[in-house]
Amino acid sequence: MKLSDRAVRFGLKPIVFLASLGPFFYLVWAALTGNLSANPLSDLTNETGVWTLRFVCITLAITPLRKLTGWNALVKFRRMAGLYAFFYGTLHLLTYAIVDRFAGLDQAPGWVEAIGAGHVPGLTLVASTVHGLTKSIGEDIYKRPFITIGFAAWLTMLPLAITSTAGWIRRLGGKRWNLLHRLVYLTGVLAPLHYWWLVKADVNRPLTYAAVVAVLLGTRVLWNRSRRSVAVPARAPATHA
Amino acid sequence: MLIKRAADIRSSEITDKKLYLNRREFIGAAAATTAAVAAGMVGSESLVQAATPAPHGRKLENVKPSTFSTDEKPNKWEEITTYNNYYEFGIDKDSPSMFARNLKTEPWTVAIDGECAKKGNMPLEDVLKGETLEDRIYRHRCVEAWSMVIPWVGFPLANLIKKCEPTSKAKFIEFTTFFDTKQMSARTSAIRYPYVEGLRMDEAMHPLTIIAVGLYGEVIPNQDGAPMRLVVPWKYGFKHIKSIAKIKFVEKAPLNTWQDQAANEYGFYANVNPSVDHPRWSQATERRIGEFLRRKTIMFNGYGDQVASLYTGMDLKRNY
Repeated sequence: MKLSDRAVRFGLKPIVFLASLGPFFYLVWAALTGNLSANPLSDLTNETGVWTLRFVCITLAITPLRKLTGWNALVKFRRMAGLYAFFYGTLHLLTYAIVDRFAGLDQAPGWVEAIGAGHVPGLTLVASTVHGLTKSIGEDIYKRPFITIGFAAWLTMLPLAITSTAGWIRRLGGKRWNLLHRLVYLTGVLAPLHYWWLVKADVNRPLTYAAVVAVLLGTRVLWNRSRRSVAVPARAPATHA
Repeated sequence: MLIKRAADIRSSEITDKKLYLNRREFIGAAAATTAAVAAGMVGSESLVQAATPAPHGRKLENVKPSTFSTDEKPNKWEEITTYNNYYEFGIDKDSPSMFARNLKTEPWTVAIDGECAKKGNMPLEDVLKGETLEDRIYRHRCVEAWSMVIPWVGFPLANLIKKCEPTSKAKFIEFTTFFDTKQMSARTSAIRYPYVEGLRMDEAMHPLTIIAVGLYGEVIPNQDGAPMRLVVPWKYGFKHIKSIAKIKFVEKAPLNTWQDQAANEYGFYANVNPSVDHPRWSQATERRIGEFLRRKTIMFNGYGDQVASLYTGMDLKRNY
């Protein structure tokens, strides 16, 4: 594709950036205008989760697509896609923490009361809520495998998001940075597993994501293998010489 | 003098062209598959909500109030008719609201079978003959940890059972949901059909157990199980079998669909019980549709005074 660096940087990149915010703004709009289902809180949890998965897939698709099309500028979108995966993943985690955990705490009615009356919640309420919430989330992560996996998936993205800056690439050095960022492969494995584990009966959707990830990781394996298998016989003539 | 620089890449590192092309082909195919699959999944989980509340039906006449009704505020018609689990019409909560209109509920007959004197097909008119319809405003608790308050209209299942004249061998009842792929859009093989549920005879005869034929004083909408569905308010929603096509009196506990599907997660009894968690999520609290704060789930969904005696001496942790 023939796009100048400037066109990518100042034209395409901002467009992709804004488009990636689309699902977020859609969800905010739909929630505020009553355009979600009768259980909007559950929709918010599900949709942010699904969009995390989609951005994980998009992130993993960039390198294979770049090699396939030869359009190297694609790599300029990789960090953005990865950070969006982290963004939606964090929203997903926060929604779960608020809607699923906080809303079930004994302290939650106190907050609703205080906020409704325009008061700032007292220090004791804040302290006991933090304690209650930590305990509640901690127990959930410990007890429920799909929560464990989901939280682990988010954790794998955390260091990648932190070290996504040019400064961190410099500090770590390209080699180490690359090695660290292979963690995203683990994200790609854990995220569909988390989804698969929570559905009641119909596993088609989680399996679809798992299949996409499998193809994307599979191309990397094949790519590496064929590179190696070519490299070895090419050196062989030296011994015959 | 021109000094030729050595190439950065040794010729040994350059990939053989044949391999290179094969790889491109493979990745091309993989990419195309991925794109197609990805497009499919985005489509099937479309964000756009097309849920449509059920049109209002015929008003039911001579409906009497009942002392079994709760005075809690019922959920809205829109909520009760757009947020349904009825997998025969699709697995999303809004699928039944979009596809259930294709179900033909008139005329309707129920096959009566098994350990009873009155075997045969019973038209809906005969099912309803002599019944006084009652408003039964019940709490409804789904196994997925959400709940509603639903103003059903119905009559005690016990009355229908008596019409069938069960024999002394009838210890359980097996219910089957109508199933027809032409009228139902079950596009996925999510669960096995037809849907089957069951009750122990004393549970079925309990005065709280009803056959619902109405909602909000009107004929029950298709997505809520028209023309007749079971309501057992102290049990999780999946026990409340919809669009009943067959009632069979049996000696042994029938294998209900969800137990068949995942016996470690769904049992035969499925009594609402905050102290027995679903293996994958907690049953201690629930979200009442329309509320932000989660409510504490009550044993037997708050109907313990009436039904706890049915289960004396039973280990409800094992018989979940």
